[in-house]
Amino acid sequence: MIRDITIGQYYSGSSVIHRMDARMKIVLTLAYIVSIFICRNFISLGVMALFVAVTALFSRVPVKMLLKSLKPVLIIVLFTAVLNIFYTTGGSTLVEWRFIKITSKGVFSAIFMSIRIIALIVCSSLLTYTTTPTVLTGAIESLLSPLKIFHIKVNTFAMMLTLALRFVPTLIEEIDRIMNAQKARGADLESGGLISRAKALVPILIPLFISSFRRAYDLAFAMECRCYTGGDNRTSMKKMKLAGRDFGALIFYLIMLAGIIVVNRLFPAVI
Amino acid sequence: MDETIIEFNNVSFTYEAEENNPEKPAVKNVNLKINRGEFIAVLGHNGSGKSTLAKLTNAILVPDEGKVTVAGMDTSDESKVYDIRRKVGMVFQNPDNQIVSTIVEDDVAFGPENLGIPPEEIRRRVDEALKCVEMYDFRLYEPHRLSGGQKQRVAIAGILAMRTDCIVLDESTAMLDPRGRKEVMDTIRRLNREHGITVVFITHFMDEAVEADRVVVMNDSRIFMDGTPYEVFADIKKIKKIGLDVPQAAELANELRESGISIPENILTSEECVQAVLEVVNADNRG
Repeated sequence: MIRDITIGQYYSGSSVIHRMDARMKIVLTLAYIVSIFICRNFISLGVMALFVAVTALFSRVPVKMLLKSLKPVLIIVLFTAVLNIFYTTGGSTLVEWRFIKITSKGVFSAIFMSIRIIALIVCSSLLTYTTTPTVLTGAIESLLSPLKIFHIKVNTFAMMLTLALRFVPTLIEEIDRIMNAQKARGADLESGGLISRAKALVPILIPLFISSFRRAYDLAFAMECRCYTGGDNRTSMKKMKLAGRDFGALIFYLIMLAGIIVVNRLFPAVI
Repeated sequence: MDETIIEFNNVSFTYEAEENNPEKPAVKNVNLKINRGEFIAVLGHNGSGKSTLAKLTNAILVPDEGKVTVAGMDTSDESKVYDIRRKVGMVFQNPDNQIVSTIVEDDVAFGPENLGIPPEEIRRRVDEALKCVEMYDFRLYEPHRLSGGQKQRVAIAGILAMRTDCIVLDESTAMLDPRGRKEVMDTIRRLNREHGITVVFITHFMDEAVEADRVVVMNDSRIFMDGTPYEVFADIKKIKKIGLDVPQAAELANELRESGISIPENILTSEECVQAVLEVVNADNRG
């Protein structure tokens, strides 16, 4: 079961979204997250939600997978909705019973907030569904490269990210092995209260840390043998290149953003 | 072809003393010449200094006494370290601890990228290296989905893509299952024969050492024997005295010989052994 894990949650495909430059995808995702907080009424929010739905359609990522990425945040969505229903007041009163008072504005803002969070999560999962972790790291490196003028070692940072990703499955396998070894010696990992279970983790974490240090040491040797110096004169096999579709996406997005600002002005705000 | 690529000249090396490890030379007065295109196996049990010998070849370690030269470059010259590592690549024991990237082809590209080679050239080298070790079909795999033998072949491809002249394998088969060991052995033998790459193969499996052109046996930090497999394994008693095994076929042949059956001396592989035994049996039947 552990052997099957994929790093990140990449869904392989060759859709137009998959082929977009990862840097543009990151920039647009960030822009989307910012602009979804600009929305003030249901029309602008609807346009934003439609945008992410159309993007999802283009990416050919199955709806089931997108729903899966929503599962962990479901509680947050519900929590926010409930809070908004009870604590936002205004408009006409719908229900009033003892200290509970539900107003139309409360219901609207609950729906509004839920759509906002869901769109946000779907958009950012689309980024990770359509981009491999390696490409993502490369894109982050490229986007951060202006920081070089402040003498920040961007490529060293990117290398650290890559290595961290690379060792996730290795360390999971290792934990599995250590847990089995400790269980075979009679370690009890599953029963007892929170504290005794936390204590039971110590004999797993200590060997894990020791072996990680050993791995790090070996890896450093291996990297040095392959002439890694951490210097700036490294080249890269895969060059990222902005294509027509990336500029197309950007222009489309900017037009939509302008539309949203106009809609915000013209129509009354819900929240 | 008798050009020397790596030369050890009276080399000694001692690790710094640690708590429960008193200072003791790991390698002592070693003289060794490795010729271009050779396939050398270095044998020895744990602590015999064979891994230290490997690390001295590409300037991970620098000798305390004596001199190691790689293609004429002194490994103690710090300005030459990366030129030396471009000549001599190294594959380590644990396949997991030497793969740096999350995708096979990116990992093979790591070395050439470090050398600052242009992208198109890297692409060409990576494809070529992966085909060479027969891992081209796996180029988009994640390394953790590969078997141990496949990971080691990827590591070998990573060295090949740097166009090194010599590959040092530091017990690279020790953690593999028999199938993985065979994959790696077949790969490096092919690289040696077809591409003329010098191979220094450090191992404690006798049956692997038999396949080399030359066997160097290390014992107690020194070179104990140096010769062709036939020369080295001819003296079974001498090998056993230092606590090493001999190839099973050689041992069987030796015991048969000692119990009075006429079997030729130079038997190392099981095929040769089968052949010799069959000849004896057939001769008996006829007589």
